[in-house]
Amino acid sequence: MKRIVTATVHNRSGVLNRVTGLLAKRQFNIESISVGRTETEGVSKMTFVVEVEDDRKLEQLTKQLNKQIDVLKVSDITDKAIVARELAMVKVISNPQIRSEIQGIIEPFRASIIDVSKESVTVQVTGKSDKVDALIDLLRPYGIKELARTGLTAFTRGHQPQVAEFKSYSLLK
Amino acid sequence: MKAQASAEQETATKTGADLLVEALIGQGVETLFGYPGGAVLPIYDAIYRAEGSFDHILPRHEQGAIHAAEGYARVSGKAGVVIGTSGPGATNLVTGIADAMMDSIPLVIFTGQVAKGVIGTDAFQESDIMGITTPITKHNYQVQEIEDLPRIVNEAFHIATTGRPGPVVVDIPKDISSTVYAKEVKSDFHLPGYQPTVKPNPLQVSKLHDALVEAKKPVVLAGSGVIHAGASEELKTFVQNYQLPVTTTLLGLGSYPGTCDLSLGMAGMHGTYSANTALYECDLLINIGSRFDDRLTGNLKHFAPNAMVAHIDIDPAEIGKNIPTHIPIVSDAKAALEALNAKTVKGLHHKGWMDAISQNKIDYPLWHDQPDELIVPQWLMQKVYEYTSGEAVVTTDVGQHQMWAAQYYQFDRPNRWVTSGGLGTMGYGFPAAIGAQLADMDSTCVAVVGDGGFQMTLQELSVLQERRLPVKVLIVNNQALGMVRQWQEKFYSERYSESIIDVQPDFVKLAESYQVPGYKIETQEELLEVLPKVLGDDQPAVIDCRVLQKENVYPMIAPGKGLHEMIGVKR
Repeated sequence: MKRIVTATVHNRSGVLNRVTGLLAKRQFNIESISVGRTETEGVSKMTFVVEVEDDRKLEQLTKQLNKQIDVLKVSDITDKAIVARELAMVKVISNPQIRSEIQGIIEPFRASIIDVSKESVTVQVTGKSDKVDALIDLLRPYGIKELARTGLTAFTRGHQPQVAEFKSYSLLK
Repeated sequence: MKAQASAEQETATKTGADLLVEALIGQGVETLFGYPGGAVLPIYDAIYRAEGSFDHILPRHEQGAIHAAEGYARVSGKAGVVIGTSGPGATNLVTGIADAMMDSIPLVIFTGQVAKGVIGTDAFQESDIMGITTPITKHNYQVQEIEDLPRIVNEAFHIATTGRPGPVVVDIPKDISSTVYAKEVKSDFHLPGYQPTVKPNPLQVSKLHDALVEAKKPVVLAGSGVIHAGASEELKTFVQNYQLPVTTTLLGLGSYPGTCDLSLGMAGMHGTYSANTALYECDLLINIGSRFDDRLTGNLKHFAPNAMVAHIDIDPAEIGKNIPTHIPIVSDAKAALEALNAKTVKGLHHKGWMDAISQNKIDYPLWHDQPDELIVPQWLMQKVYEYTSGEAVVTTDVGQHQMWAAQYYQFDRPNRWVTSGGLGTMGYGFPAAIGAQLADMDSTCVAVVGDGGFQMTLQELSVLQERRLPVKVLIVNNQALGMVRQWQEKFYSERYSESIIDVQPDFVKLAESYQVPGYKIETQEELLEVLPKVLGDDQPAVIDCRVLQKENVYPMIAPGKGLHEMIGVKR
């Protein structure tokens, strides 16, 4: 099962290596990882999307992460009400004739064209991972020259509904 | 010259190395195990100038230093402190660091590093020891600023010795240790990401108490967590209160007195029948400070299949890692046992179980053959036990001799048994005995080693020569890598691939060349004559004791089998 796990960490050299090395050593498969600074000076936040077999493995993952001295807090937020976003840039082969066609495709996704050349356009899309997937699928027939995704970053919403309500919010299950 | 140098130092400002030495003194460090080299020259200079502050032990290989520090830590209960230079000095420490990580031994290891300016340029004797040791340390540091050094040293000792103990590496670039620094430095610290839970949850303790009162077939599994917590007395009270049978892991030997009626001896692959059967049949298993290692559990499918499992461990990640746990108690073993001992115990329900266990102990004792003249290793271990009155510190390598020592030397006290459990390191026993002896000069210290393992670290005989440490090296010499040979016999149709090593040095002459008395024992008669004398004197010794080559360790659980599928239970 796919889980979204966040970790707040001390922003020290080698901390990313510690965390990814730990996950590799314990045979966890990281699907995506994103890291960046937070509102607190010296503290960074990592968001992982990991594939785990079962709840026991998941528990091991969070416990092992928690043992790291530089890790301050670990949360599995998959089943919480969350906002999760990922950014992708897609360089699509295009000539002036089909450029407007692409424009039409990306518009409902609220994606934008951020670079244009004679042979290609670069589309930027932001959203949940399945939305990004959907747009990439639509663009694929035109020929994708280059694709880069940031990986998911997420945190919990300001308001958490009662347990009974939010089952359907689960993003990746 | 020296007096003049130190007089100058007092007026001069301090170097990074001086700050390190001050911090070590502040931590109460008395013994250092280390080997000098280019990148630690400033540190060794500071040690020289701080003459009298430390007893510095110079092994003849860095691996010897770190295993000695492990033995020292195990017996003294304090952190072992190791210094190695950059590059090969640091990489030679790696086996010992991994060993300490697996067995939760508190070590603080200082490695030299090339100067900050050339890190990453493949400089002479540079190695990425941070990258190398990250997966095998509890934590590691590379000092970036000289003013951080005292704080980092204090953090390293704190992390190594608290919670679940483990090794911490501090990598010090040469320019940091040689730079002169005049300002005040702060050494207090706060680690928000490291706050071990040491007090048990009272609700879980009550749950365990209720389960204990209800249980028909309870058993205690005591691991080295009991020893680290210094909770042997509390364990005795607990066991007495609830009248529980106790088995221990390999590393937990001595946590509960081996000669007590309620003791079942060691469990696991070469554990006793009564211990393994109790684990298999129990309805309540109380694991205190053990991590359910695969050599203990055998096939997980058949491990304690009918049991409710309670697990007391200071490391939450160990709870539920291998075995689903019904009553998790994250706590220091001592605190948890104190909480349990505060309960009033009434109306236990497991008298029948205790009778069955006692009968198993009588019906299925450990057994071995006894030839007329030659020596079997099991008998040798019994004699060592007898001649040292069960009071010696015993260290071992890994393999057959380790299992025989574990089976036949009945430890009644904690911190007497020093062995490489998790990593299973050949060559561990002898240097560990040096450290163990230094931590306890009044005890007889016997390094029970194999002829294979001893040849991996025997250069440390120089330390015995130099220090006249009365360590007794007992080579259980079967001219083979015994455990490898046993597995080849059992599981590889007796194809003894590279496991019979009949070309050996003359161990007696070898010892004598280090001015250590050497003895060779080949018969029972010789043993009865030589061993009591040698184990009783205050000299170092190397005893080459020839034992039957084809002797196997029994009982045994074959790989992949469960605790109920033991072989070799009876003759």
